Amino acid sequence: MINVDSIENGVVLDHIKPGTSLRIYHLLGLDKLDHTIAVIQNARSTKYGRKDIIKIEGEEALNLNLDMLGFLDPNITIIRIQGGRVIDKRQLSLPETLVNIVRCKNPRCITSIEEEIDHIFKLGENGEYRCVYCEERLSRSSL
Amino acid sequence: MRHLIDPLDFTVEETTALLDLADRILADPAAFADKCKGKILATLFYEPSTRTRLSFESAMLRLGGRVLGFASADSSSAAKGESVADTIRIISGYADIAAMRHPKEGAPLRAARYSLIPVINAGDGGHQHPTQTLTDLMTIRRKHGRFEGLTIGLCGDLKFGRTVHSLVKSLARYEGVRFIFISPPELRMPSYIIKETLLPRGIPFEEVTSLESVMPALDILYMTRVQRERFFNEEDYIRLKDSYILTPDKLALGKDSLAVLHPLPRVNEIALSVDDDPRAAYFEQARNGVYVRMALILTLLEVPV
Repeated sequence: MINVDSIENGVVLDHIKPGTSLRIYHLLGLDKLDHTIAVIQNARSTKYGRKDIIKIEGEEALNLNLDMLGFLDPNITIIRIQGGRVIDKRQLSLPETLVNIVRCKNPRCITSIEEEIDHIFKLGENGEYRCVYCEERLSRSSL
Repeated sequence: MRHLIDPLDFTVEETTALLDLADRILADPAAFADKCKGKILATLFYEPSTRTRLSFESAMLRLGGRVLGFASADSSSAAKGESVADTIRIISGYADIAAMRHPKEGAPLRAARYSLIPVINAGDGGHQHPTQTLTDLMTIRRKHGRFEGLTIGLCGDLKFGRTVHSLVKSLARYEGVRFIFISPPELRMPSYIIKETLLPRGIPFEEVTSLESVMPALDILYMTRVQRERFFNEEDYIRLKDSYILTPDKLALGKDSLAVLHPLPRVNEIALSVDDDPRAAYFEQARNGVYVRMALILTLLEVPV
């Protein structure tokens, strides 16, 4: 059993699908932060058997844009901690839009050449995301 | 301020009002000859499309306005690397309305987000071409007086043809429309159009590979070009290409009230001998394109008519 200290201020991403935490770590850009971060893989879970967990220490972590998690893994629970106490826990839902979270991969899309353009995907009625510019469908496997 | 980026940007009611106006202009062009006096249309064509550009320019000139613009990316600031967002902000100070053709999908939407003047999508890559759709709708309505209850055949390349996708989405908004998709299996209507547009609304459709078999049922036949480069091999292309060429023999199977449309340019998919048949409506369709663009310019500029 490995012990990882509980955090005083920051965010815990709980119930991450086992084996996917490093991918989420990179997709969220956590590797670019100078926060103390713990990535725990294959922890025991009463709910799912196994799970991954990411703990991000630091007051600023409370302001991280975590919208994309609803798209990546809707089972994740986001726990925000301040002064050593849980201030809220939330389950994720699919966000209406994904802005600059994933890039449109359609080479014919204006996003492939226009400078400083936001990559925006909108959630459609059928639960699929499409690029607002070219309507290219976003598949999770393309991430 | 309104733009026209997607053919579905206009509601059914707004589309009807626009087509009514186009019909009024066609009936009495002189009454509209000065409606845009003092106004300027910018035609921003990042790729050449002579017919579409001239149709827009003709539309503005016939309204008494003036035009400026460029006909290819080489002769524009894009060659120097200027973004679409910057170009439209500059053009907003030079013109009152802009029509943009761009090889990249979504470029006119990008422009609309930064523009101070109405932007019309004049074709963005293989994505949308809403003024072609409006032209098609105007022609269909002029030929039959309605959309409701019509059987529309779309023939040829239904997979890559943006005009057919936009037309199907637009016509699907009217009651009682039925579609017959006529294409080789390689070039069938994409499944997302069927799943997202037709099935949820219970719109009847058939997919067939032979034009002759369905010809008697059609009120509209919308032809498109089957391009050689769309096929995996030459043999398939040679085997299939003649199946999707409209000849007088095939047209003889159609109703007297049938109208044959084509977005043009055609290569060989409609035999020249079909041109003299009164049911050949494609040149009239191209003429209608000017009137519908006149109606669109007046609508977006909010000119009282």
